[in-house]
Amino acid sequence: MKKHALKPLWVALTVIALVLLARYVMVPKDFGVNGRNFTYGFHRQSAINDWLVVPVKYKGKESCNECHDDKYAENLESRHRLLECENCHGPALEHPENPERLVIDLSRDLCLRCHSKLDYPNSPRGALPGIDPAEHNAGLACSECHNPHRPDLEDM
Amino acid sequence: MTPEMIVHGAEWTAKELFVYPNEFIYWSIQIVMYPYMTGLVAGAFVLSSLYHVFGQQDLKDMARFSLVFSLALLPVAMIPLLMHVQQPLRGMYVLFTPHFTSAISAFGIVFSTYAMIVLSEIWFVYRVYFVDQVQVLARKTDLGSRLKRLVYQVLTLGAYDISQDAVATDKKAVKILAAIGIPVACFLHGYAGFIFGSVKANALWMSPLMPVIFIMSAVVSGIALCMLTYIVIMEFKKFQAILARGRGDESVHLIVGAEIDVISKTSRYLIGFLVAAISLEMLDLIFRGYTAMKSWDILRSVMYGKDFVNIFVLQYGLGNLVPFILLLLPKLTIKRTALALVLVLFGVFMMRWNVVIGGQAFSLTFSGFMHYHLPIIPHNLETYKEGLLGALTVAALPFIFFWVINKFVPSLKEN
Amino acid sequence: MSFSRRKFLVTSLKGAIGAALPISAFRLLSPAEARAVVGDASRRWVFLVDTTKCVGCGLCVKACKKENEVPYDAPVTRTWVERYVVTRDGQTHIDSPNGARDGFTDPRIDDQEIPAEEITKAFFVPKLCNQCENPACVQVCPVGATFQTRDGVVLVDRNWCIGCGYCIMACPYGVRFFHPVYKVAEKCTFCYHRISKGLESACVQACPFEARRMGDLRNMEDPVTQIIMNERIAVLKDEYGTKPQVFYIGLDARVR
Repeated sequence: MKKHALKPLWVALTVIALVLLARYVMVPKDFGVNGRNFTYGFHRQSAINDWLVVPVKYKGKESCNECHDDKYAENLESRHRLLECENCHGPALEHPENPERLVIDLSRDLCLRCHSKLDYPNSPRGALPGIDPAEHNAGLACSECHNPHRPDLEDM
Repeated sequence: MTPEMIVHGAEWTAKELFVYPNEFIYWSIQIVMYPYMTGLVAGAFVLSSLYHVFGQQDLKDMARFSLVFSLALLPVAMIPLLMHVQQPLRGMYVLFTPHFTSAISAFGIVFSTYAMIVLSEIWFVYRVYFVDQVQVLARKTDLGSRLKRLVYQVLTLGAYDISQDAVATDKKAVKILAAIGIPVACFLHGYAGFIFGSVKANALWMSPLMPVIFIMSAVVSGIALCMLTYIVIMEFKKFQAILARGRGDESVHLIVGAEIDVISKTSRYLIGFLVAAISLEMLDLIFRGYTAMKSWDILRSVMYGKDFVNIFVLQYGLGNLVPFILLLLPKLTIKRTALALVLVLFGVFMMRWNVVIGGQAFSLTFSGFMHYHLPIIPHNLETYKEGLLGALTVAALPFIFFWVINKFVPSLKEN
Repeated sequence: MSFSRRKFLVTSLKGAIGAALPISAFRLLSPAEARAVVGDASRRWVFLVDTTKCVGCGLCVKACKKENEVPYDAPVTRTWVERYVVTRDGQTHIDSPNGARDGFTDPRIDDQEIPAEEITKAFFVPKLCNQCENPACVQVCPVGATFQTRDGVVLVDRNWCIGCGYCIMACPYGVRFFHPVYKVAEKCTFCYHRISKGLESACVQACPFEARRMGDLRNMEDPVTQIIMNERIAVLKDEYGTKPQVFYIGLDARVR
């Protein structure tokens, strides 16, 4: 009469069966080893797709050129040709539909990212034209004197 | 603060010197509670198994109690994790798609296996009692008794055979389960140590000794909590009996309270495991200092500087050395034991704290520090869950569970 | 060349099927599924940072946060720039205020004035996810919610992450954090949505000085690969054995 001793085992097996059933129902069918091995590639295959559909916000200079070719050409001649338009104008995303006009960042802080003088030897930062923001026309927007598209002062 | 600004961890982390921008104390008080509670479960079970498997007769009175108490602790080992994870509703995914290269993935499986072992063992220990109750309650007709009888009927799982043969089988099953249970309990807790010990990015945690240290201190804390709860309950019962006598109720007979004999014998096991735990921790510490790898500079400034009080005064001093002396001094009394036990429990808690919080006290840059400010008064769900009140909730739950379980599975019956 | 690629594909196919066996031994792979298992392993995205060109403008950090919808004012970021200033007394002063989202405009570090004549060298170091060949963060994920794509980028499955934080703890570079809105682990994806469409990543595009570049290690003609193969480069914290795939030019020993 050892039969009763197996009762807890049946309970345990029932629980395991329930978990397996829930697993079967709830785990996406594309879950498995989808990469190079179990350690690094065990995942839901469609999770990759979730990342591919993230909207692109920064369109790049060439896409600005499609409409603003005058500004584009002007900028290419200046020392600021290194800069992306969107660094100052913000991500274009769905422009010109929405928003129709991009908000231009005219703050001193934006220019100071490069042009606040940091006296660093052996660093390209030390070589950039720089000012002490507290001394140099404090309170004035940089664009009052400098044209960001053509920052060289000879045209002033 | 807008929800966009609530960064997990930023609330209770203060940075000093150079720390990477994304570094915060992500694992906070609940991750201290998690190994602490798991340790208590494992320790309580090991204590009961010492009687069932190795026939340590001196532990007989503690065995039943610690078995049931480990059941009460069991669900509580899981709750800190649920309170910690950012997506508690997805907790089941650990069972659904376990990624076995992760130490945490085994949690669901090891934990459930362990739960089944404990439940089955209790079932075998108490089956005869369940059957008795079904028969006794059959004579009563009030609603309460009928409901209670129904519960017991379910608990028997339909096994009403209480012949000598069947009872002998039960005893054998208990022994087998307890024997399987010991390695599983050690594994359950050892791998909690592995969760930390295998994090190669963390200079304080990464050590192969971590799982063993965790098992030793788990057994220490488990034994201490069982002894303490036993003392408190027995003394309380004695006190109640005396009170009843005082009111003139002669039907109550006086109870002796906690037996110093039981206590002093159990405390010998406690001291043994305590010595093992401290030796291993010291070995780890000496080794780190001697090899003095890249991380040693920052580890030293944390251990001997910022966390000195936490580690050397509270954990090793108050939590290990003082109770060690208290228990070893001759003429052990119940009161002195109780004090020593409280200190041991505190010491193990501080050990968990110093591992989990201490491991995040320094930055991955090795040139900055992070300070943890435990949220005391909660002002949102997060500061409740990962604050003082959340930890107290977790600490209180096993006693509530034990009170409920004890209604149906009496573990403190005086024979 | 073609032979070695073929061999590589065959080996990886065998490896992938072999690894899939214990889990899915009970179902046969259709040819389409088998192809999906192999994926696009003909590419290996890598990153090249030239610390000698970085000026610490932080436009990369700004672009990254906007492109990848990381709350702009939250103190977490997928990429950041560190400043190292070494003084005559041998001390290294390091900071990265707000991850350099607004660049470095103040010569002071931690409110401490550092006289220009005391400075012996100073440089900026951009940091981002290293997309390790053996990512520790992926190894420790208990549910398979973070993984490495066949072309070498480590991604997070926002619908499957339970938010335990183990991956954050496991990363030696501190690049991971909890997304303040989605409440799951978040990290740099190399702008997977952009590079897969043939665009540059947001930070690479935003950098005016070509301090950041990206390439394909499997393509020997790729200019970035050329630099990695021909010049002296370094990686961060190689002692962890994660095999980081962000390569640095001009990396100083003081970089953390």
